[in-house]
Amino acid sequence: MKPQKHPIDVTVNGRRHSTEVEPRLLLVDFLREELGLPGTHVGCEHGVCGTCTVLLDGASIRSCITFAVQADGAEVSTVEGLARGAELHPLQDEFWDKQGLQCGYCTPGMLMRAQEILAANPDPTPEQVREGISSNLCRCTGYQFIVEAVLAAADRLRDGTAAGARENTEVRS
Amino acid sequence: MKPPPFAYSVPATVAEAVELLAAHADAEPRVLAGGQSLIPLMNFRLAQPGHLVDLRNIAELSSIRLDGDALVIGAMTRQSEVERSPEVALAAPLLAEAIGLAAHPPIRNLGTVGGNIAHADPAAELPAAVLALDGELVAVGPDGPRTIAAADFLRGPFSTALAADELLTEIRLPRRDLAGVRGGYAFVEFSRVHGNFAIVGVAALVELDGDRIRRAALALTGVAPTAIRAHAAERALTGAAPDPAAVAAAAEAAVAGTSPSGDVHAGAITRTVLARTYVRRALDLAISRARDER
Repeated sequence: MKPQKHPIDVTVNGRRHSTEVEPRLLLVDFLREELGLPGTHVGCEHGVCGTCTVLLDGASIRSCITFAVQADGAEVSTVEGLARGAELHPLQDEFWDKQGLQCGYCTPGMLMRAQEILAANPDPTPEQVREGISSNLCRCTGYQFIVEAVLAAADRLRDGTAAGARENTEVRS
Repeated sequence: MKPPPFAYSVPATVAEAVELLAAHADAEPRVLAGGQSLIPLMNFRLAQPGHLVDLRNIAELSSIRLDGDALVIGAMTRQSEVERSPEVALAAPLLAEAIGLAAHPPIRNLGTVGGNIAHADPAAELPAAVLALDGELVAVGPDGPRTIAAADFLRGPFSTALAADELLTEIRLPRRDLAGVRGGYAFVEFSRVHGNFAIVGVAALVELDGDRIRRAALALTGVAPTAIRAHAAERALTGAAPDPAAVAAAAEAAVAGTSPSGDVHAGAITRTVLARTYVRRALDLAISRARDER
């Protein structure tokens, strides 16, 4: 039996895609395999670890327990949409600076979830960040540096400081 | 990990969805709401429906409104929307508090109130909250709508009164007349990891009339095959002073008739002890909130 395909119209990181997918195709596989955006990671594949987190119309969701057809008509944001060219998003910049990652497996999900947390509350307390990222598992950092990175990014986003405009950027070049 | 293949429909109306469920009965169709319970089961191939009827385009199922004495929540309303709703905060804050304990925000952003209740996980928070609130569930099938009390709707683990060709469309929560009394609520639970399913959860509502409890409602998860009401404890509280002795007696009464089955997460005795403790905590919090209310 030829698999049934279903038309979808989805905008990913500002780019519109009108295509047909098998209804059983998971959103994370659509992003990685059909659109060639492997930044979103596949982890536990049953909605527990959070590394597949993307934004659907601005709200964080688990793309491993969402069918691509459920994103029909929606805007999806993935980690690939964060940086502007070579200029990292303040969240990415601070994850780098504060060592908010080691193996990096959880990072795309952490970044997308952190974006939603800061959109809802631009000036969170450390406890609010901790509570907010409790949806996402990290097995390397012990979370402390992730919390520090999110708080530092919050400061910069509130101040409107441009990414990379800080003193210690030269250590990366 | 891939779900097995299935046929897929996206009806635009409830009537169309019901027709699809009946027309594809041989394929053992399932309703897709937010998918946050069903899709993990399909990823594991523990669920293999031959046909999914996706409700996402049925706009009428996403709403929060007041209808006379009831707060009415459309079955497809996202949990995060209900959690943040000012109407729910006023009319049924217990439900918002229960949702805040259900998984994590990314799950609640897609997960729906109706999907959670229709899935009927025995450890889930929302069925217990709806049970404590004397909620009613509206189901639509080929013969039209029918209204089912929450206590009759919850049949067992992952089992409800919904027929195969019926669709849960609305959750109706009666608004209590609190004139002259002070109302308090609490949903508390024990889980090993924040955001996990609760091992034991307790929903409590109290109404204080002067120095007496006029009415109490208690529902528990984790001690029976479904969420259950603790009627004996409610009777023990009615007319009593809201003091530690009454709360302790209610906690004893709440667990007296239960015989929880132990599993890998917690044994029967652990569940009983936890239930007693969490009934007490829920009542303490509900009573203190009722007292603080101006």
